[in-house]
Amino acid sequence: MNLDRLYRTEYGRLLASLIRYCRDFDLAEDALHSAFEAALVQWRDNGPPDNPPGWLMTTARRRIMDRHRHNRMAETRHEEIAYLAGLDNDEPEVADSLRLIFTCCHPALAVPAQIALTLRTLCGLTTEEIARAFMVPVPTLAQRIVRAKAKIRDAGIPYQVPADRDLAERLDAVLAVIYLVFNEGYAARDGERLVRADLCEEAIRLGRLLVALMPDAREAHGLLALMLLHHSRRDVRTDDHGDLVLLEDQDRGRWDAAMIAEGTARVGAAMGDGAPGPYAIQAAIAALHAGSMRAEDTDWRRIAALYSLLMNALPTPVVALNRAVAVAMADGLERGLALLDDIHLPDYHHLPAARADLLRRLGRAEEAAVAYRDALDKVTHDAERRLLQRRLAEVTASPS
Amino acid sequence: MQYMLLCCIDEALWNGLSEDRREAVMDDYNALVREMVDSGHYRGGGKLQPSHTATTVRESSGEVVFTDGPYAETKEQLGGYHIVECADLDEALGIARRIPPLRVGGTVEVRPLDPSFKA
Repeated sequence: MNLDRLYRTEYGRLLASLIRYCRDFDLAEDALHSAFEAALVQWRDNGPPDNPPGWLMTTARRRIMDRHRHNRMAETRHEEIAYLAGLDNDEPEVADSLRLIFTCCHPALAVPAQIALTLRTLCGLTTEEIARAFMVPVPTLAQRIVRAKAKIRDAGIPYQVPADRDLAERLDAVLAVIYLVFNEGYAARDGERLVRADLCEEAIRLGRLLVALMPDAREAHGLLALMLLHHSRRDVRTDDHGDLVLLEDQDRGRWDAAMIAEGTARVGAAMGDGAPGPYAIQAAIAALHAGSMRAEDTDWRRIAALYSLLMNALPTPVVALNRAVAVAMADGLERGLALLDDIHLPDYHHLPAARADLLRRLGRAEEAAVAYRDALDKVTHDAERRLLQRRLAEVTASPS
Repeated sequence: MQYMLLCCIDEALWNGLSEDRREAVMDDYNALVREMVDSGHYRGGGKLQPSHTATTVRESSGEVVFTDGPYAETKEQLGGYHIVECADLDEALGIARRIPPLRVGGTVEVRPLDPSFKA
């Protein structure tokens, strides 16, 4: 019996049910940890039980009951005990995990707290692991989690799946948290390793959980597809020196084919019949890239069209930038350049970098150099900085 | 659980609206309060007169000092408050989001009351 594996797969949903049982995050966590510790000893001595998750659940609940008896109890606690004693259902309800996700991602909690609480409760990451992943001091992260739990308790954040009329809005918040976790894993903050796999994998796990719990939520499929397609390239995004390898230069044979297959398949579910959401569209774009055997086979026209669709759903300068690049590839570099001129993104290095790139391809080396320098002023990741420096060297070395 | 809904607005902004607009907002506001009374959520509340009618009391070096004006020197000022009894925060937020001055730039703070305090 591999207790580690059991912990990874069962912790989140067991905790979710225990929280429903006792309405107390801390109590539920303590009880569950005690149960795992007891399992470590007892299963080694007596062998594993027939139903390991059920055993853990029963043990944890018993622990909660014991704690109640030992505490000095206010009137409401008496009512709680009667309630607890009345429950005889041993199996964790599937909906409990959904309750937990929505509670962790409640808008009354600040987004960093939503992220920390989600990773802690649903993924079973320790405070240290989360702090390390987000490059935040451990005591800061610990306080963040303590405060979040206190807010849930003191402000009366309910432990439930939101009412239908709030569901779409609240689901957007959950998706945003999951995607933030993924992006944190995808691009390290201060530019050391460009991809931190653990967080990407946790985000994908959460994405899968959400899709399993809410199979009709098309954007959940969209987000999962998008993450899988991005993650399929994890092995080739950087080279051995930690330098960035662009999409057009990557060894496509080393893309994760299984992830691409799964991601692409989910795009269909995500696009659906009606107007597709932003994650679905971005996933469709990613699928077009992933489906091209060689960079030159990329269907830029379709990608540009999808970016135009995305602009309707998500009219941001960053989307406009990506569309301009796609248009440049599909309809000619000058057309793309003209679109870039209309975009305002003062601190975003990708904008001057994109201009520089198009100018370089057009042979306008001096202008390209100006734009590369502008990009270098704004870039934050070491790997991306080195790439820009290489490009700048190229355009200043060659005679104009 | 009881929550206080603190409604704030930039008074200059509010006064800058047409009288018709302000009246329409207040009509809707009164209707919402009536609804809360009928539904059993309402525990009390009031509309405050403008912030220039306020007097602030402080102590300075052991002496009580009275000053003209509200305690917070902010653009947004308290305009009204309500206390509602709700099952949880979501129910309170469901009410708070319907408060009409929100439509014209107002803000509502939703704060739970401390259940251990009883007058």
